[in-house]
Amino acid sequence: MKTTSLLLAFSFYLSASAHADWLQFRGPNATAVSSEAKTPGDDLKVAWSADLPGRGLSAPIVVGDRVFVTCSSGPGQETLHVFCFNAADGSKRWERAMRTTGRTMTHPKTSVAANTPCSDGEHIFALFSSNDLFAFDLDGKLLWLRGLTYDYANASNSLGMSQSPVVVDGTLVVQSENDSESFVAGLDVATGRNKWKLERPKAANWTSATVWKNVVALQSSKGILAVEPATGKTVWDYSDGASTIPSSVGTGEALYAVSHGITALAPEKGAVTQLWRNEKLNPGTASPLVLGDSIYVVNGAGVLIKASLKNGDEAWKLRLKGPFSGSPVAAGKRIYIVNERGIFQVIDPEAPEGKVLKEVELKETVLTTPAISGGAIYVRSDAKLWKLQ
Amino acid sequence: MKLKFVCLFTLAAVSLQAAADLSKPIETLRAVQKEGQGNEAAGQAWQQIVKADPAALPEVLKGMNGANPLAENWLRAAVGVLADEALQAKKLPVQALVAFLKDTHNSPGARVVAFDLIHRADAKVAEDLTPTLLEDPSSDLRRHPVAKLIEAGNAALEKKDKDAAVSAFGKGLAAARDEDQIKTLAKKLRELGQKVDLPKHFGFLMSWKMIAPFSNADRGGFATEYPPEKELKFDAAYEGKAKEAKWVDFTSTDEYGKIDFNKPFGMEKSVVGYAATDFFSTEDRPAEIRIGCKNGWKVWLNGELLFARDEYHRGAKLDQYKLPCQLKKGKNTILVKCCQNEQTEQWTVEWEFQLRVCDATGTAILAKN
Repeated sequence: MKTTSLLLAFSFYLSASAHADWLQFRGPNATAVSSEAKTPGDDLKVAWSADLPGRGLSAPIVVGDRVFVTCSSGPGQETLHVFCFNAADGSKRWERAMRTTGRTMTHPKTSVAANTPCSDGEHIFALFSSNDLFAFDLDGKLLWLRGLTYDYANASNSLGMSQSPVVVDGTLVVQSENDSESFVAGLDVATGRNKWKLERPKAANWTSATVWKNVVALQSSKGILAVEPATGKTVWDYSDGASTIPSSVGTGEALYAVSHGITALAPEKGAVTQLWRNEKLNPGTASPLVLGDSIYVVNGAGVLIKASLKNGDEAWKLRLKGPFSGSPVAAGKRIYIVNERGIFQVIDPEAPEGKVLKEVELKETVLTTPAISGGAIYVRSDAKLWKLQ
Repeated sequence: MKLKFVCLFTLAAVSLQAAADLSKPIETLRAVQKEGQGNEAAGQAWQQIVKADPAALPEVLKGMNGANPLAENWLRAAVGVLADEALQAKKLPVQALVAFLKDTHNSPGARVVAFDLIHRADAKVAEDLTPTLLEDPSSDLRRHPVAKLIEAGNAALEKKDKDAAVSAFGKGLAAARDEDQIKTLAKKLRELGQKVDLPKHFGFLMSWKMIAPFSNADRGGFATEYPPEKELKFDAAYEGKAKEAKWVDFTSTDEYGKIDFNKPFGMEKSVVGYAATDFFSTEDRPAEIRIGCKNGWKVWLNGELLFARDEYHRGAKLDQYKLPCQLKKGKNTILVKCCQNEQTEQWTVEWEFQLRVCDATGTAILAKN
């Protein structure tokens, strides 16, 4: 009996302190909220930094004790890099360098390494703005590759693309939504071959898919189309328009769509019910965040707005040091965000009017969203990857 | 003696076996095609190649010769793994890579990889090779000696040696193929009182016959076959959008060769224009037509559609699109369709393109005319 209790206590301890991976843009289910019991806390310092040979605003991802990040280098950003670092000390485990087969033109602010890679825990899928896509195992073994602009010659955007892929039950969903040859495809993770491919609205789109309630929610200027990941078949379709920059978030029973401000949707098969809409909750570039019973939005002026998840009513506004290109993330009772000037900010959202508890100056331009894993936060710039702990 | 012979024979046999073993997986990687065709077999073959001895690096690089860009990436990634291990074990076959680099029959992409590996293994060897790359078929490899000439020119300027600076910058410009280096060198030379003919350096086509405006209402003009797509009669006039469409002569004075429809036809919206020119080639030869354009566009060479792109106002740059083509000896007619859309923002005014004819390395092919 005593042994059983001890075992139970030990297994609870293990579960509570379990390390959780951060496998895609905005982490678990693209909610931007860490599922770990161990949180990074407030008093964060740079634990290590690693040099990167090229530019990028893709976010790092974390699988076990490994941190993966992409960048692009060369006069025209034609060289594509995928890095694997040891989370413990920032030492390099491996690097792979390939060459773009698609177009590399982007707006000067962004770069070819704009899409965040994703993982199913066993493989890394790295997509770039040039539409080059690579699958590796965790040790850097190249499993397959695709050149999606080589395949579909007009699939490109002269401003650059940034849609991050998601992987669900053996299907990798990649979007290449642009003014010309616009599509989304479901790829077999084992071979990289198409399982399905759908035409998408012919309009530039920088949002990433949200995986929620076993569907992949694809956002565009037309609205949000939810498809079955394995087949691409439509499950529901919300057609009242949506943003083409910040991405929506699905959690609990609702999908909080970046549409006319924020619109809370309760989709069921074939139908979508609108729960509430608040047009004043208007995200700038950063995607919204749901934490506890509140939704948080960073508007174009760098103001963090807290609102009720039940009805969208605003609770408070907190001016942060902006501007922001990356999105906020959260762990425990803290929100973390980095501005474009590299000022990393720790926010207490439970303070009566919200409060910035701590700032860490990274002293470089940062345009990306942090990753959280193992009680640490990972942030990257055009030249560095940092671990904050 | 007998034992020695047996050993040598065995070594040779093992070595031959290794070579034979690699040729098959390399061929498997070279066989990959669009939409992931061949990925499964390539994954297996890649694992075989990365287990090879570092001495096999030139052979793997050779596999990139004539390979499609997807196969090149499979091989490039394999070379990376082999090279990382070889560098760590100090077994990189530097001299074999130097020989590979010097053989310009090898593909530019593979030679760039070889140079990078040489640089990682022995920077001094790479440094010594750099001046020999000034006229290299690879524009990537030319960057290194051109950068050295920019440094040399700047150093000469500091010593107030104008002649040496002009000489270094002039040599650099003649060899440079990348826009950033060309811009830097042209500026330096002009500051030193030298004339620079950028349109000639790039090979921009400056003189065209142009006709507009046809309708692009609801962006439908992009797919509409207006008369210039069916016939090129430069004395003809057609019913256009709200007015008659007639051919006019236009010669650009822009040193980046911009052919601006707004100049002869006014700042129209929702319109289509065409530009045509003849390019006289001295020989039958492969070439690239490179276009930069932020409007919807199509390009035909001798009546054959090379590419069509219906993206509007997302940006334009030099060599934005590279269209491989075959020039015939004598007259080649190039027709460009340029579509302006309905947007009214200040940044959507441009209705223009720039076009040049060059080889695959970006070296201008100058017309006989």
